[in-house]
Amino acid sequence: MFNIRSTFISSFTIFLGLILSQSAFAEWNALNMTEGVTDISREVFGLHMFIFWIVVAIGVLVFGVMFYSMYAHTKKKNPEPASFHENTKLEILWTVIPFVILISMAVPATNTLQKMYADEEGDINIQVVGYQWKWEYKYLEDGVNFFSNLTTDQDEIYNQTPKGEHYLLEVDEPVVIPTGKRIRFLITANDVIHSWWVPDFAIKQDAIPGFINTAWTIVDEPGIYRGQCTELCGKNHGFMPVVVRAVTPEDYDLWVAEKKQAAFELAQLTEKDWTMEELVAKGEGVYQMNCVACHQVNGAGIPGIFPALAGSDIVLNNKPRNVEILMEGVQGAAMQSFANQLSEVDMAAVITYTRRAWGNDAKGDGEIVVPKEIVEYKENKIKI
Amino acid sequence: MSAVIESHDDHHHGPAKGLTRWLFTTNHKDIGTLYLWFSFTMFLIGGAMALVIRAELFQPGMQIVEPEFYNQMLTLHGLIMVFGAVMPAFVGLANWLVPMMVGAPDMALPRMNNLSFWILPFAFLMMLSSLFMEGGAPNFGWTFYAPLSTTYAPPSVTFFIFSVHILGASSIMGAINVIVTIMNMRAPGMTLMKMPLFVWSWLITAYLLIAVMPVLAGAVTMMLMDIHFGTSFFNAAGGGDPVLFQHIFWFFGHPEVYIMILPAFGIVSHIISTFSRKELFGYSSMVWAMVSIAILSFVVWAHHMFTVGMPLAAELFFMWATMLIAVPTGVKVFNWVATMFRGSITYETPMLFAIAFVVLFTIGGFSGLMLAITPADFQYHDTYFVVAHFHYVLVPGAIFSIMAAVYYWLPKWCGNMYDERLGRLHFWLSFIGVNVTFFPQHFIGLAGMPRRIPDYALQFADWNMVSTVGAFLFGASQILFLFIVVRTVMGGKKATPEVWEGAQGLEWTVDSPPPYHTFSTPPEVK
Amino acid sequence: MNEGGKKTIKMLSLAVLGMFFFSFALVPLYDVFCEVTGLNGKIDLSPSRIVESDISEGRDITVQFVSHNNEQMPWDFGPSDEVINITTGKYYTATYYVKNTTSKAMVAQAIPSVAPSNAAAHLKKLECFCFEQQILKPGEEALLPVRLIFDNELPDNINNIVLSYTIFDVTEDNLDELASYMHEHGEDHHSMGS
Repeated sequence: MFNIRSTFISSFTIFLGLILSQSAFAEWNALNMTEGVTDISREVFGLHMFIFWIVVAIGVLVFGVMFYSMYAHTKKKNPEPASFHENTKLEILWTVIPFVILISMAVPATNTLQKMYADEEGDINIQVVGYQWKWEYKYLEDGVNFFSNLTTDQDEIYNQTPKGEHYLLEVDEPVVIPTGKRIRFLITANDVIHSWWVPDFAIKQDAIPGFINTAWTIVDEPGIYRGQCTELCGKNHGFMPVVVRAVTPEDYDLWVAEKKQAAFELAQLTEKDWTMEELVAKGEGVYQMNCVACHQVNGAGIPGIFPALAGSDIVLNNKPRNVEILMEGVQGAAMQSFANQLSEVDMAAVITYTRRAWGNDAKGDGEIVVPKEIVEYKENKIKI
Repeated sequence: MSAVIESHDDHHHGPAKGLTRWLFTTNHKDIGTLYLWFSFTMFLIGGAMALVIRAELFQPGMQIVEPEFYNQMLTLHGLIMVFGAVMPAFVGLANWLVPMMVGAPDMALPRMNNLSFWILPFAFLMMLSSLFMEGGAPNFGWTFYAPLSTTYAPPSVTFFIFSVHILGASSIMGAINVIVTIMNMRAPGMTLMKMPLFVWSWLITAYLLIAVMPVLAGAVTMMLMDIHFGTSFFNAAGGGDPVLFQHIFWFFGHPEVYIMILPAFGIVSHIISTFSRKELFGYSSMVWAMVSIAILSFVVWAHHMFTVGMPLAAELFFMWATMLIAVPTGVKVFNWVATMFRGSITYETPMLFAIAFVVLFTIGGFSGLMLAITPADFQYHDTYFVVAHFHYVLVPGAIFSIMAAVYYWLPKWCGNMYDERLGRLHFWLSFIGVNVTFFPQHFIGLAGMPRRIPDYALQFADWNMVSTVGAFLFGASQILFLFIVVRTVMGGKKATPEVWEGAQGLEWTVDSPPPYHTFSTPPEVK
Repeated sequence: MNEGGKKTIKMLSLAVLGMFFFSFALVPLYDVFCEVTGLNGKIDLSPSRIVESDISEGRDITVQFVSHNNEQMPWDFGPSDEVINITTGKYYTATYYVKNTTSKAMVAQAIPSVAPSNAAAHLKKLECFCFEQQILKPGEEALLPVRLIFDNELPDNINNIVLSYTIFDVTEDNLDELASYMHEHGEDHHSMGS
């Protein structure tokens, strides 16, 4: 006869062994909410722990009584059950006491919430826009503007190469903020609803197309803070992290200056004469960042949803239409205009890349597109 | 009291033979059986999808499915478990038990009863067939927020909408049937405050269904119009608002959550009282607690959407209202504990499930209380902490109560006792499986893992692995459940009419199994 | 079925129908609710008739204008001035620059949103380009005005307001309007462009 108790004990031992064999479990912060790095986030953490200990206490009390009667009031030990089945005083008591406990929770919670809602003017205002599947940051005062894409390699995701330390939580351009200043985030979305979350700031705010939501923070310590999109937004919802780099105000000013210089240099690059090899090399990177999510690494797309680029008629032999699609998007399809999203150089490079990659160069005309052509397209297209 | 027992082989009143018995049956017991088997089938299908999800999450990286298919799995898993497994199971239990408990010969509207069951399989066939359509099955989560579910949805969304319409109609018909039966067909002497608690819980649930299923129908109708007829209910460009969808959905969705737990309260109250050999403590406060939970459920919906950017006043209102629910819920838990206190307890399988229900549902209630605290909810929202929370109230909550009910009433239904040893084994495996699956999800949620993602950062890896192991254990142990139930139906030790020592209620006064038609002459209730 | 049962069924069926229509009633109710509470920063899409009040009772606030092109809608679109300093109770006119940079005539709709959301109830617009759709021919550009006022009841803690416009491409849904517009203006939009 097999024994239920021993089955239970042995499986429990296996479970415990499984837990103990994992050294990482020792780390407390892998188990609990982060305290974060702002006054608000610390307050939220305090609130979380306060409520947690209250419910633990209630649990110990209630389950204590329950386990006691499970132990002491079995049929064996107590063959004659008691006959009571109501007690008005007791029932009033355990309606009133929880009510009082709830008030003790509601007061600090209300307080903290009011602080979070004290939405004043920011020293720095950053418009955050959620896209399928990346974030755009527009600095309203400083005129800096960029997209933030996941940089984790497809090979890491598909287990071809070892995963890096910040697997899925790394981006090409983190949003940079100065410490000690009040930052206001104006959060909206480009397509579906996203949600912008940085646990260390205790900010989670939905990004809704057509509407602006605000959140604010003051970060004391320089550092890199990572979060993720927290509203299901389609296929790559799990692949659009948020990375914030907090730096000193001096470093922040330097960074803004660098960004402006880089933008200027980029404009210069547009004038340069690009070779096919340079464009293809640059284009591959642009493609990895902006196009693989839908058109896939091998350019095959996803049948029925995202069209293939490898062997596509337009990519092979119709350069004008090829450029037009990238610049203006396709009506009624997932393909959006990339005109405001990619620089002239990146635009030319990525088109060139798709026209040369996956054997397209052999099958089609293989014509390349240079940055100047994109500039011309923007100018000539329009006849006023 | 005395029950009129009809002869089992009376040809005119016995069941028809073969398939037509099940297709055309208007007998509440047959329909109850159909509902329960359908629900179990859906439970296995939805469970298989959950295992696909857990298998993908076993390790970081993409191994088994693509993100697109992963989203379809998590959507269908949610829809099937809510609308296909839990709700039909409770309707099945209501069919079997409500007429027998109130001393009625059958449900009030037997033909509608047949219809409300038989449209269900078609609704789910339609929903599942979308897996094979171009663009795949619905992939926007069971909450189907616009515009992901409208402008950006796969073409199969239209089939999803019709499917929701059909199962909504089924639920509404079921609810009407239950209310009419309870209000009009109680045995003489059975006043409302003498009704068994399961009947009470279903009466309240049925009113909730009447109130909110039409709202769900309205929401999907608006989606349909937005997608196909150019309206802009949820489209900002046309003056609509995607957030409006969330308000309408959760206006339905929160009462829906209680629809899935109130009948469980009823079941557990019966079982704890029987196996403690003691009258239920605080019957009338139990009833009032359920009524107040039901009323409160209409004014707390926006706690599901604290992060959409509501004004402070709204956030505060929904926080306070949500916290209030802890009071009547607490009363229920205290009453169950008081029922056990100084009882004379034995631990048969139904009692084990019922006790596990009280403990684990309470843990789910605790995390629910934490989630009600708006500032903290900004950190919890849409993470695995929420996943852990609602699985704690739905799996060891609703589903354990259904299993407890099956073990408790199965001997009555089929006349045979189940194998107690195997029943306990099933309980322990399920109990361990559920906790190993869902307890670690509290940790990974607090540590920052968003829900509904197919791949995750490395710090979440260990507990995800544990969770997956638990999920497979839980899934496998349900095969044992199937085996136990089938074996009991086929044969076994004969059950007495009373089945359990001192069990109270009209259903225990008839034979086990009960004759095809019970209480053709109403019993007298003192 | 006895009389009581029939009556119950009737009542329940009416309740079901009632709740179905109630779900549609939630749409206008929600709009009213939004307007009263400023939920979502949603603003009325029709002109209001508020007269200027005594400026001496007003106070100085700043209004920040932002824009976004939904789904990467390819027009150039943005505020002429990113920040203006204004006084409550007085009308101001701000403008947005817009240019159709494509080779096709297009129809667009701008949707406003205000943050913080409880300022929305105090923003009144006499005139706004968001009240109607904008049709622009290829290459056409325009300055779109919004004439606005914040009333003196604006809560004291609000000193800085963000007014956002998101522009949506609604050409697909308005092909008829587009055709008649092009006809009136003596041009066939298919002949435009390269």
